[in-house]
Amino acid sequence: MKEIEVTLTVNKRVHTVNVAPRMTLVDCLRDILRLTGTHVGCEHGVCGACSVMFDGEPVRSCLMFAVQAEGHEITTVEGLVGEDGEISDLQDSFWECHAMQCGYCTPGMLISSHALLMENPSPDDHDIREAISGNLCRCTGYQQIVEAVKMAAERRQEGL
Amino acid sequence: MKAATFDYVRPASVDEVCRLLADAGEMERKIIAGGQTLVPLMAMRMSRPDMLIDINDVNGLSEIEDKGDHLVIGGCTRQRALERSEIISKRLPLLAKAIRKVGHIQTRNRGTIGGSIVHGDPTAEISMAALALEASVLLRSVSEEKEVPLDGFFEAAMVTNIEPDQILTEVRIPVWEGASIGTGFYETASRESDYAIVSAMAQIELAADGTIVKAAVSAGGVAPCPLKLRGVELALKGSKPAELSSALDGLDEEIDPDTDVHATAGYRSRVARRLITRAIEDAVSEAKNERD
Amino acid sequence: MGQTTTLSNYRYVSRKRRTKEDRRFITGRGKFVADVEVPGMKHVAVLPSPHPRANILKIDTSAAMSMSGVHYVLTGDELARETSSLFHGLDLPNVKWHPLAVGMTRYAGEWVAAVVADTRYIAEDAAELIEVEYESLPAAVDTEKMIDEDQPLVHPEHGSNILFRKTWEWGPVADDFASMPHTISYRARWGRSSTVPIETFGVVAKWDETTEVMDVWASIQMPQYQDQIAAVLRMPMNNVRVHNDVDVGGSYGVKRGIKHTVLVCYLAKRLGVPVRFIEDRLDNMSGGDAHGPDRIFDVTMAFDDDGVIKSMKMRALDDVGAYPGRAPLQLGKPMTALCGPYRVNSIEYEAISVTSNKTGQVPVRGFGQAPTNFAVETGLERVAKFLGLDRVEVRARNLVRKDEFPWKIPPGSLYDSGDFHAVLDSAIKTSDWQELISRRDALRAEGKLAGVGIATCLEPGGGNNIFEYLFNPKLEITTFVESVLIKVEPSGAITAVMCTTTSGQGHETMVSTIAGEELERDPDTIRVVHGDSLEALPTRSPVASRMTIVLGTATSNAAREIKDKMITIAAYDIGVEKEQIEYADGEFSMRGEPEKKLSWEEVCHIAHKQFHRMPPGQELGLQAYSVQQVPGAGQLPNEKNEVPLYPCFSFQAHVPLVEIDRDTGKVKLHDYYIAHDCGTAINPDIVRGMIIGGVAHGIGAALYEKFEYDPDGQLLAGTFVDYLLPSSHEIPTVTDVEHCTPSPLTSLGQKGSGEGGYLGAPAAVASAVNDALRPLDIEINELPIRARDIETALYEKSK
Repeated sequence: MKEIEVTLTVNKRVHTVNVAPRMTLVDCLRDILRLTGTHVGCEHGVCGACSVMFDGEPVRSCLMFAVQAEGHEITTVEGLVGEDGEISDLQDSFWECHAMQCGYCTPGMLISSHALLMENPSPDDHDIREAISGNLCRCTGYQQIVEAVKMAAERRQEGL
Repeated sequence: MKAATFDYVRPASVDEVCRLLADAGEMERKIIAGGQTLVPLMAMRMSRPDMLIDINDVNGLSEIEDKGDHLVIGGCTRQRALERSEIISKRLPLLAKAIRKVGHIQTRNRGTIGGSIVHGDPTAEISMAALALEASVLLRSVSEEKEVPLDGFFEAAMVTNIEPDQILTEVRIPVWEGASIGTGFYETASRESDYAIVSAMAQIELAADGTIVKAAVSAGGVAPCPLKLRGVELALKGSKPAELSSALDGLDEEIDPDTDVHATAGYRSRVARRLITRAIEDAVSEAKNERD
Repeated sequence: MGQTTTLSNYRYVSRKRRTKEDRRFITGRGKFVADVEVPGMKHVAVLPSPHPRANILKIDTSAAMSMSGVHYVLTGDELARETSSLFHGLDLPNVKWHPLAVGMTRYAGEWVAAVVADTRYIAEDAAELIEVEYESLPAAVDTEKMIDEDQPLVHPEHGSNILFRKTWEWGPVADDFASMPHTISYRARWGRSSTVPIETFGVVAKWDETTEVMDVWASIQMPQYQDQIAAVLRMPMNNVRVHNDVDVGGSYGVKRGIKHTVLVCYLAKRLGVPVRFIEDRLDNMSGGDAHGPDRIFDVTMAFDDDGVIKSMKMRALDDVGAYPGRAPLQLGKPMTALCGPYRVNSIEYEAISVTSNKTGQVPVRGFGQAPTNFAVETGLERVAKFLGLDRVEVRARNLVRKDEFPWKIPPGSLYDSGDFHAVLDSAIKTSDWQELISRRDALRAEGKLAGVGIATCLEPGGGNNIFEYLFNPKLEITTFVESVLIKVEPSGAITAVMCTTTSGQGHETMVSTIAGEELERDPDTIRVVHGDSLEALPTRSPVASRMTIVLGTATSNAAREIKDKMITIAAYDIGVEKEQIEYADGEFSMRGEPEKKLSWEEVCHIAHKQFHRMPPGQELGLQAYSVQQVPGAGQLPNEKNEVPLYPCFSFQAHVPLVEIDRDTGKVKLHDYYIAHDCGTAINPDIVRGMIIGGVAHGIGAALYEKFEYDPDGQLLAGTFVDYLLPSSHEIPTVTDVEHCTPSPLTSLGQKGSGEGGYLGAPAAVASAVNDALRPLDIEINELPIRARDIETALYEKSK
């Protein structure tokens, strides 16, 4: 099977990988780049566990092939952590509010919430629920996630 | 759930795409734009093209242009771009109303208008809006460029009248210019952001005296593909909003719902009637407000 | 945010504190099974049967075997020859169960062959090349027909599709029925739904020929996992090492994975390479451990003019699918709280477990209690309706009263403690019931369908599973342990070793909080590790809302023993009797002469390094372990089949407000109120998350989720497009109020909290929907109640 060389930027680092055309972006991130924070839940585009930022917008990485990422910029959950190793304010709010249980959907939830706050700094409950409606969580019933996103937004507004 | 093997090319021009399609021979070559419908089908190996032609790097396929009496939307325009477009929200209020119900933010960031139309999902909001408004699509192949009306384009569930050697480059959607235009859109899904079970759209133009002068009505989930309800439109035209109820008298002859795991045919048919009514009522009252 | 009615006297327990686990999850550094990378690891894909029931005439693996990158193709015959049948809860000698079908397929999706290849991609390619010749046969699908009609036999050697049928009678049922003026009978049906975690099941196995150890990393939550692996692979248990430090991406009961594990372990040993099998979603939904109870209840209740229920007859018919495993025992656990929180005097209970050509049922959150609670609560609704009484009032009249604990129910369970009326009142008050009714009526006045629901539920916690003995006398097991080892290092640092995996329950937080509380040390400094199965002390696994009860109490016991040892050392060093030493805030000081003291670190130093300062005969180092039995467990049922089951009982009352769209039948949940009492909450955020998450899961079972089959036995809901997990839009904001009635049976008064939300919500939502439909004289007692069910009922009524 012919592999194709792909150069992509992940979490601000440029990588060149050889992939078969059929390899999904999520498999490339996890199995080749060993960035295992991005999870696989359904592989048919429903659960959102594989969400990553693609050129600044959240997408499902199970619905893209790695070859399509040539020349593009990707941010995964690992990339939400600052260069100094500090967790982001959003990650901190997730921890503070215990916005998870098993942690499996968490990376996808963080990506979707991160994208929301970039676009809408003061979302209400409905905005938050809409932003994460493509991310299934089986543990929390979503409430502590909504609270965490709200807390992060409020803290940003207050300049904390 | 891994796709079967395929070759991958990423041409830079429509001409090149057409050539690749024309040279397919016995092979199946498929265009990938957003991939939001195609990739799951490939993951389940229900679709197994020999080659994917990625058109994401083709220039000029994602513009939204106002041509006066219609908008021209590049086939590779992201659904998210439609959602954010001021031109769309001003000029195609029906599409603007429906676009947020297409998938989720994450899928709209990749999914395209052309991809949605060529896949022919029976309740796809974009197809329904475009069909209702009598849009056409521009299909290119090596040998010709053809404008094809959407009426007749949808053949069956997930089957559309695009030839294997054609690429959809543009969607042309007529713009209504009247002073008193309103739109209505309803759909019901098991969950808020699921594929709709039944959906209904209407765009109405009222004359100064309140008579309906133009009506565009479509429904999804009541036939193997999105349906433009010509009979309903005809009955609406020239009538007063007070006579709405009789406009749906012929509905059952126009629709052909089916039973599946999500709903029975009876449910689809009854709910369609109610949602179409609501959509028309909304459109009329919005049109009245426009006028007032 | 949740409110609480009691203030904590504790320093760490019941206080808002960040959890220990979350930090690794928010940074993407959880270690899930798919993240485990063993060098040289090969990948498995399975081939599912397309037929619900078929004879396998021939399997040709040659094309698949010859594919480049393929290492092996395994079929059922070889595996069945080399391994023993998997374990069933019932005594079913003629129902064989192997990871791959042998001779016959019994459900659509059953695995027929497995490919081992360099990548999962290649393994899937090769699986397509396996040629199987089937003789398709008619399937047994309709649950009710399994009892008396001539149906195709799922396991011909067993001779019947009935796997278990037995009736128990506790108390004077006939007399009680005769003494009551009223009886009502009704049917309640629980659809085939389940927990469906976002992570599928996965397992990695590595066999080391030289050490003869089978290393297993798995996304597991199952009792006696290592025991079963060893037994089926026919090797001693100390040849199996299950790594319990794998983060499990949700389970809520279903992550059993024994067939996957046996398959992978066999392949790893057979091929001499590490092998991994991570289910994809299609494998999971049709062939994995995905399906839950599928139950029909026929119930009769006998009650007086005041709505006080004296006796109940319940028949529960459960369809466990093709391979029963532990599933039939899910009819047993509900005996623990068979009449819910109500003072019922006698009960007749008939449990029928049938097999069918559907995917096998596995344990689901509550182990069968959620369907039963729905059936009981449906009865309370019916009694109220029959007598024209208020639904809340009828419940209040039947609830066990505060001064009656411990309360024994007919099957023998002893309800340990509670204040059911206070919790119910609190739910009524928090929801502002009258205001809610006014809002409902205002919606109705606008022509809408609206309803307010009420349900209570008991959550048994602890996991005394002696009900299994009533289903299978060979399961004479009365020990239900959980263990912990606590070590204090020479530096004073504390490490606790627990013995199971965790799938989101926050065990590390729980153990460190309790140990910190007992030892007055900051829980953030206490490390909790998951010992592997060769290192670990006895365990029963983190099921049955039991860890806080059993592991929590073990943690207290071990910590108290450590404290006692440290006091002994300090007393000896200071030269006084033990009783003269008091411990506070990391200092051991002499009563009355506080300047005579030793610090925590000094005592640790003595214990590890200074034999000459140690009391004679004192064990060196500072460690203690506790192997804790479930409180109250240990006895077999008496001659009347009575036996105390789970020991601790949490209680909840749920109040939702719903609106139904007349045009589409769609239910919208406006409000959701819940009052709950799980004794002492160790970490309030964890408890709150469990409860709200459980409610969400229950809303799914009530309105959306079903593994639907067509009449031929084909699964119609095998993807996330057809099996509908609620999204953030479907779950309303839940207002929760916490109560605390400490359990007398646990170290700090804690009870379980992992299941209650799920046990109560289905009944509460059904109650609200039926309240909305009541003006139209429509009642739906079959879950899930989908939009189309409601619309169809409305349509039929209007005809």
